[in-house]
Amino acid sequence: MQWSEFFTSSVGKKFVMGLTGLFLISFLIIHVGINACIFADLFDPNENGAMFNKAAHFMGSTVVIRILEVGLFAGIILHIVQGYLLEAKNRSARSVGYAVSMGNKGSKWYSRSMGLLGTIILLFLIIHIAHFWVKARITHTLAPVTYNGVEMHDMFSEMKAVFTQGWVIVLYVLGCISLGYHLAHGFQSAFRTVGVHNNKYNSLLITLGYAFSILVPVLFALMPVAMYFGWVG
Amino acid sequence: MEHYNMNLTLKVWRQKNSQDKGRFETYQVKNISSEMSFLEMFDVLNEELIREGKEPIAFDHDCREGICGMCSMYINGKPHGPWQANTTCQLHMRAYKDGDTIVVEPWRANSFPVVKDLVVDRTSFDRIVQAGGYISVNTGNAVDANAMPIEKDKADAAFAAAACIGCGACVAACKNSSAMLFLSAKVSHLALLPQGGPERRSRVLNMVAQMDREGFGACTNTGACEAVCPKEISITNIARLNLEYIGAGLVTE
Repeated sequence: MQWSEFFTSSVGKKFVMGLTGLFLISFLIIHVGINACIFADLFDPNENGAMFNKAAHFMGSTVVIRILEVGLFAGIILHIVQGYLLEAKNRSARSVGYAVSMGNKGSKWYSRSMGLLGTIILLFLIIHIAHFWVKARITHTLAPVTYNGVEMHDMFSEMKAVFTQGWVIVLYVLGCISLGYHLAHGFQSAFRTVGVHNNKYNSLLITLGYAFSILVPVLFALMPVAMYFGWVG
Repeated sequence: MEHYNMNLTLKVWRQKNSQDKGRFETYQVKNISSEMSFLEMFDVLNEELIREGKEPIAFDHDCREGICGMCSMYINGKPHGPWQANTTCQLHMRAYKDGDTIVVEPWRANSFPVVKDLVVDRTSFDRIVQAGGYISVNTGNAVDANAMPIEKDKADAAFAAAACIGCGACVAACKNSSAMLFLSAKVSHLALLPQGGPERRSRVLNMVAQMDREGFGACTNTGACEAVCPKEISITNIARLNLEYIGAGLVTE
């Protein structure tokens, strides 16, 4: 079997979706971990985002991580493009629909709405990248801050500035809710797609998936909310 | 269970042939016994239509005991009707009450084109099985049953997968019209047994290739197929199929 045959088959395409999905899940763990450093502010009144700024500086100045960042963008793009191609192909498999839809008899609404949830996340991502990544990595238009003689971007102040507008908070919370539902199905589905068929592990992964899909988006959503209401910063 | 009679309104998909656009027709059926099967209710309606000089409704059926997989019918938004783990022929009219309206549609998938009314062409399933859903056995004396030890768990899982009757409810229920539950059952019941070993890789590669050629969608693991399967085939088989395919696809030259 040629590589091209493997990766253009329906199972091969889903394999790519599953693998990139799992890769993006691992990225979320790093992302939420680094960003959660802003909550150090709750425990130290003189902190002012120092731990977070140093962590963000480490991510931006380490060569290995910058190389991984290229892989991350490739993974995101592959996941998005492949997702839309599959969605289009799947929709085209039924030209005449049913008069009475099956609805939630047998499947969860979010498992049938991965394309829609993914699209909301994509729209959120565009705005999110414009808010932070572009300023930190491309235009370098962030205020500087110096810790122990090392100058770095003051990402913490930038977060505080971005999260002063109500519509931004609403948008970020909506993005996090979409991410939560996307993960609620995607986490366990990705493992099935790459072939985990031991029911002992599957039930474990379902529980773990639900925990992940609640914990990570809630932590993410708490960041803009906490800054908006002045709990942090 | 108490017996009762009922009057019902049926909205049934009528389509002359595969080229016809098709439409819903409404029928009133009277004095239907709660002890009739759903298909017997259709027999009564068809007798009535024939008496009136009209074309009877075409629908698939054969064994009428839930093992052949011929009966289809998408009833009020669910393949094989409201009950769990049963075929349309096993659905009885006690599932309904007097005055109910029932909408009956054919399986909807481009890979299952409508032949007439509620009859769809499911030969795409036959072609998938022909692509590899078999084992090659040399003829000769029957092998002793104990000559080849098989783990009980695997034998049970293979048997559960082999229970698939190929009715196509999984495709009908799936938002992607995916045939993965059917295919995974066919692949699993042979992959789990030593007899399926020699053709294990070529089987899964050829059957998936045929499934794709037939135009079925890919699997999103929503679980709708498992929920409507009359034989309760588990979607765990789909994960096993994925592993079989990935394993075979990555190593086969």
